[in-house]
Amino acid sequence: MKKIAIEVNGKKVSKEIQDHTTLSSLLRDILNLTGTHIGCDTSQCGACVVHVDGKSIKSCTALAVDLNGSKVTTIEGLASNGKLHPMQEAFKKMHGLQCGFCTPGMVMSAVDLLKNKKNPSDQEIRDWLEGNICRCTGYHNIVAAVKEAASKM
Amino acid sequence: MASLVGSRVERKEDKRFLTGKGRYTSDINIANQTYAIFIRSPHARAKIKKIDTSKALKSSGVVDILTGEHIAQDKIGGLIAGWAIRSEDGSEMKCPANPPLAKDSVNFVGDPVAVVFAETLDEARAAADLVKIDYKVLKAVSNLGEAMNSEAIHDGIDKNLCYDWLLGDRQKVKEAFEKADKIIKLDINNNRLIPNAMEPRACVIDYNTASEEITCYTTSQNPHLSRLIMSAFGGVAPENKLRVVAPDVGGGFGSKINLYNEEIVCSWASKKIERPIKWVAERTESFLTDTHGRDHITHAELAVTNDGKFLGFKNETIANLGAYARVFGTVTPTYLFGPCATGVYIMPAAYSNVKAVYTNTAPVDAYRGAGRPEATYTIERIVDKAAMELGMDPIEIRMKNFPTEFPFKQTLVHQIDSGDYVAGLNKAKEMADYDGFAARRKESESKGKLRGIGVTSYFEACGIAPSPVVMMLGCGVGLWESAEVRFNPTGQVTVYTGSHSHGQSHQTTFAQIAADELGVPIENIDVVHGDTDKGTFGMGTYGSRSLTVGGIAIVNACKKIVNKGKRIAAKMLEASPDEVDFKNGEFVVAKSNKKKTIGEVAFASYLPGVRDEVKSPLPEGDEPGLIESSFFDPANFSFPAGSHICEVEIDPETGHVKLDKYTAVDDFGTIVNPLIVEGQVHGGLAQGIGQALYENAQYDDSGQLITASYMDYTMPRADDLPDFNLGFTCTKATTNPLGVKGCGEAGTIAATPTVMNAVINALDGKEISLPATAEKVWKACKEMKKSNAKAA
Repeated sequence: MKKIAIEVNGKKVSKEIQDHTTLSSLLRDILNLTGTHIGCDTSQCGACVVHVDGKSIKSCTALAVDLNGSKVTTIEGLASNGKLHPMQEAFKKMHGLQCGFCTPGMVMSAVDLLKNKKNPSDQEIRDWLEGNICRCTGYHNIVAAVKEAASKM
Repeated sequence: MASLVGSRVERKEDKRFLTGKGRYTSDINIANQTYAIFIRSPHARAKIKKIDTSKALKSSGVVDILTGEHIAQDKIGGLIAGWAIRSEDGSEMKCPANPPLAKDSVNFVGDPVAVVFAETLDEARAAADLVKIDYKVLKAVSNLGEAMNSEAIHDGIDKNLCYDWLLGDRQKVKEAFEKADKIIKLDINNNRLIPNAMEPRACVIDYNTASEEITCYTTSQNPHLSRLIMSAFGGVAPENKLRVVAPDVGGGFGSKINLYNEEIVCSWASKKIERPIKWVAERTESFLTDTHGRDHITHAELAVTNDGKFLGFKNETIANLGAYARVFGTVTPTYLFGPCATGVYIMPAAYSNVKAVYTNTAPVDAYRGAGRPEATYTIERIVDKAAMELGMDPIEIRMKNFPTEFPFKQTLVHQIDSGDYVAGLNKAKEMADYDGFAARRKESESKGKLRGIGVTSYFEACGIAPSPVVMMLGCGVGLWESAEVRFNPTGQVTVYTGSHSHGQSHQTTFAQIAADELGVPIENIDVVHGDTDKGTFGMGTYGSRSLTVGGIAIVNACKKIVNKGKRIAAKMLEASPDEVDFKNGEFVVAKSNKKKTIGEVAFASYLPGVRDEVKSPLPEGDEPGLIESSFFDPANFSFPAGSHICEVEIDPETGHVKLDKYTAVDDFGTIVNPLIVEGQVHGGLAQGIGQALYENAQYDDSGQLITASYMDYTMPRADDLPDFNLGFTCTKATTNPLGVKGCGEAGTIAATPTVMNAVINALDGKEISLPATAEKVWKACKEMKKSNAKAA
């Protein structure tokens, strides 16, 4: 067991955790932030993507003890003061989600893309999201949503 | 008030999903819960000699370990096939017992043998490693083509044959073939797929020791059906003591129709150990044990005249059922497949003969499209082959054989109420710039690339109905759907539906329908589903049935509300009900300005009186309240149809197939919400394209699934797919009041043959099996080069 202190969605959190606790497990099982999803065991599907110190990572393969002192943002922390983030608005407007399971990871990943590239091309969006699997949308409306968000940000 | 049906209404469900507030089964935790780990067979076929749990039971945190012996002692029943199919010779199909935990033998890798319950997940995992199971390993039957010539894997099921089914008239087909100018022959596979809903299966069980009620939260497409099976066949608890809740469910695609071993075992065990239980599948468990899809080997023949008229069709198919027959396992390769195999064409004679066999692989059941993709693939591939052998254009040969008058009696079963296949194909041709293909092909060739174009015309039979007919054909239940519409006294409406949304957007589309019917703002309407304790019964969501069956039940319940409202309004307005019209949420007396809103009528129905006077707004014979329900059993299936065209560009140096353009023109009748319908088509296309180019579930000779992770099973990703170009035509369904047809599976049905026809067109007609992976295409390109060199 190790003690870690991190900031999650702007709130300071201090917890005693096991060495093998992943960030996704800390978020879901200990902090009850169940918006971060687990869709595979091989770091392939991307449903668990969150931001650590502003960068998107797959939280299912990050050990929480390694992240002592870092700032984590999850899907629950993206909207501010009850107002949806432009990426969340765009996914709604363009119907970029169906069952909603991959959505948190997809949105967090897309937000990071726009931090790196203000107006990505279709191909750049598709390349960036290659690590996030969606089984419902065929990605068409996800790409449209990311472009919509880029135009609004 | 403008009609909402037909509008691009943004989804009511999105906000919670986009803010991380969705509530999926694995998000649910119950105080004092234990964690379950299932111990599964590592062998495809073996006898269980001995299970030793003694050491594991002493392991830290273990609450209990249960095996097939305990299941048998408690007389807990097994999993079932939902449809009884008869062979051509009249004999009934043969199904093995499928206990929730294997007791004597295991029949596929992943077959559950025992289950450990412990205080923590880590402790359950550690204890599971200590359970010793002695197996006598037997030779597995994992190859579909050899299954009928292999040792029987289930006692008493010769040749591993479940049934040998025939639909159609062999003699008529024989006569038709004798008149043919040419017989086109085709041998194809339909590759095995794994549905891969992004949410792995899970269940959380809570046994209430006071009420003796079991609550099973689970990842199901049809909670009522699961409860029915778990109660009637599993014997876990009577239905009134069993509540099944399917909260937010992260995709299904058919894989969450079945009640699974884990739900039965955990529900039964929760009562036994008097503790809540949580079980969540890992992705590899999903790969191994979710029902798989497709997996056919087909020999087809098409008899044609020299000018391209179809005379007759033969379809000889071997279908893989996997180790056990499950809910839709036996009907998928028969009534959902056979009738559709003649496609959208006038086909004077036809038969479909299907031999369904058992193998030591995961059970195969409905996967998006269920039978209809396999049928469409068969006919659309052979029609293209016919066009090629006759030197005809693929569009010309299709046009030549389309029916132009509706209703159209399709050869084998269906009476198709409406359609316009010519209009659909013409539109697709125009949108895809079919005539510009030759120039684009030249352009590709100038860059050393191969370009192909593929066409598919399809119809789908969805919303299986009516119940007496499906039950006559062997279905164990009726396939109606129910709804209940409740007005609250203060004017909001709750719609309870037996359909289940796991991505289909019912909270929005069903609210649109109810808003139009009742004239109530959509904000004031809530749609509730997925809980056997809420609302009426339901058969759930699969086979593109939600709108055409469940949606219409809502329409009918709303109409009952309006009828009762009319009677109440008439009494309140001192008019006769015949004089009252209902429009835009208001009951208006004809030729007067007397009116009441539906909200006022609802209020009066619950508060039927006034101060100081004995006076009721309720007509004699009407009870208080404004709640109505409906069970809708359609007179027929609905028959969406369409034509898709795609172009691929192949790099012969790498075999990489680039999907360059994809055009889909579909006829879904009335479209309730175009935004959502387009999304359904996009997603369907991705799965159909996945089958054509990437996805393939493979077992090795020993029955090990060698594609059991996302590292090995190729899911289509964002950079694999193009933007889709969608168009719609509309002929309304005549079998329901909205004129709607199903839209959920169309994309999947059409995309696979469309892409394969394009790939094969690029390869100058060279046959290639599904999926057209870069390796296979590269090899085909090399062979083409060799034979071209020889010819030169």
